[in-house]
Amino acid sequence: MPDRNEILNELKNRYKDEIVSFYDKSPRRVYIEIKSESIVNIASYIFKELKARFNVASAVDARSHIEILYHFTLEYLDLLISLRVKLDRENPTIKSLTSVFKGSNWIEREMYELMGINFEGHPNLKRLLLSDKWPEGVYPLRCDYKEWDNNAIRDRGV
Amino acid sequence: MALSRVPIGPYHPLQEEPEYFNLITDGEKVLDIEVNVGYNHRGIEKLSERKSFDQATFVIERICGICSTSHPFAYTRAVEDVFPVEVPERAKYIRTVIAEGERIHSHLLWLGLAGHFLGYNTLYMWVWKLREEILDVMEILSGNRNNYAMFKPGGIRRDINPDDIPLVLKKIDSIVPTLDRLRKAIIDDPVLHKRLKGIGILTKEDALDYCAVGPTARASGVEKDVRKDDPYGAYDRVDWDMIVTYKGDVFEKVVVRVLEMYESIKIIKQCLKNLPPGEIDLKLKDIPPGEGIGTHEAPRGETFHYVRSDGTNRPARHKVRAPTYMNLPTCEATVIGESIADATIILASIDPCYCCTERLTVFSPEGNKLYNGNDLIKLSQQKTDKIKKEMGLK
Repeated sequence: MPDRNEILNELKNRYKDEIVSFYDKSPRRVYIEIKSESIVNIASYIFKELKARFNVASAVDARSHIEILYHFTLEYLDLLISLRVKLDRENPTIKSLTSVFKGSNWIEREMYELMGINFEGHPNLKRLLLSDKWPEGVYPLRCDYKEWDNNAIRDRGV
Repeated sequence: MALSRVPIGPYHPLQEEPEYFNLITDGEKVLDIEVNVGYNHRGIEKLSERKSFDQATFVIERICGICSTSHPFAYTRAVEDVFPVEVPERAKYIRTVIAEGERIHSHLLWLGLAGHFLGYNTLYMWVWKLREEILDVMEILSGNRNNYAMFKPGGIRRDINPDDIPLVLKKIDSIVPTLDRLRKAIIDDPVLHKRLKGIGILTKEDALDYCAVGPTARASGVEKDVRKDDPYGAYDRVDWDMIVTYKGDVFEKVVVRVLEMYESIKIIKQCLKNLPPGEIDLKLKDIPPGEGIGTHEAPRGETFHYVRSDGTNRPARHKVRAPTYMNLPTCEATVIGESIADATIILASIDPCYCCTERLTVFSPEGNKLYNGNDLIKLSQQKTDKIKKEMGLK
């Protein structure tokens, strides 16, 4: 089994045009920023060739843009690789990873309803958690979210 | 023959939490399944952004009532990963003890419920009686039967009293004979073999494709356990084995959980016997800007927390991923093709926990009558009085 440096160097060489920045934070954590259009290629490589497990993705509204981090664990190296993509805040769109592994189905639906990110090619892009009464275009995890429902249950200080 | 639709949920006696499964069936056979979640919304991720790093520990402890340590464990590791720092040795050992005690009681709880779903209520009562013993142990160690409030970023809140350790070790030892009887009653029971073997098979390929975690994946031959792969706490300082089985049916999932309890007992005993002296808390003050990831092998599988700090005392983003979130979609692979009667136990076999899975939504139901804490206490007292009166006690 190749070691940590070999695998990371191979990854860097193979996708040198698609990788924007590479941050080797600690022995167990690596953050790689990539171009958003190459997510399917790189994620397939990590999942299928490197035999990683997809942990989950987490979307962050960074005010100037929207970020998604796709977290992958390589158990045999004790390493967690996070792929970072930055999306335009006005119309965040990225290709779906459901064709690569089924584990990304729910999290993409969740990011779609809570962050307003569109996933191209998702087979069933509908709400996962929010109620049907929730208005269109209101995304609760965006930083400019304002409460819209005056009857909502608030912290009653119980 | 026309296809029929068998709705299970959102409220039904199979499980204590709301979820909705829509089974499309041809006679007895399930042809398709549709899962709806989202009945249990609390907005924890949003709420966490409004709390300080220290306060958030208490909020996320309440994500799950059963595995109430697994979320704080992953969260505190995520906050520590922002620096990154290592917590003191003594804190690592105590964290491990609490986490493993929780694993035993959580597995016992599921085992009891599984018995209940199968109509085997003797098992249910028996297992839950044993669970009380382990809850007593947790109470001695932490002061609480559940929601232990032991964790904080940088260490733990309370030390274990050294005088309690002999009593805890004795109680843990006293559980083992009952657990042995239980193991024999479950693993050697021909009725359970007939009922559980060969149904709801999750193949290794499917487990990997759905990114399943925990006992659900380990029963399908996926040799992955965060405690072994990315050792944290005291897991690399004690001797224990990862339990893996290969057939992937419901019975194997039971076996994995039963055998894991023995490993947990081994871990607790070693940790308490070799508890190192020293500090229990790093007393972290300011969290620097940055991001951190923390994982923990909860009873149901890997819990994953992502924290981003912008240098203030509140997390700028806090992502929580509970194990059921990855395990529940596997029912597409396990339920389809089985009969309706088997569907219930297959759906229960992942040990689902919906309040964890749906930790995130902000929601406002209309027309719901609301009670505050005092109202609920009053209601509970009234009910107790009523029961006492009916029984002629008062």
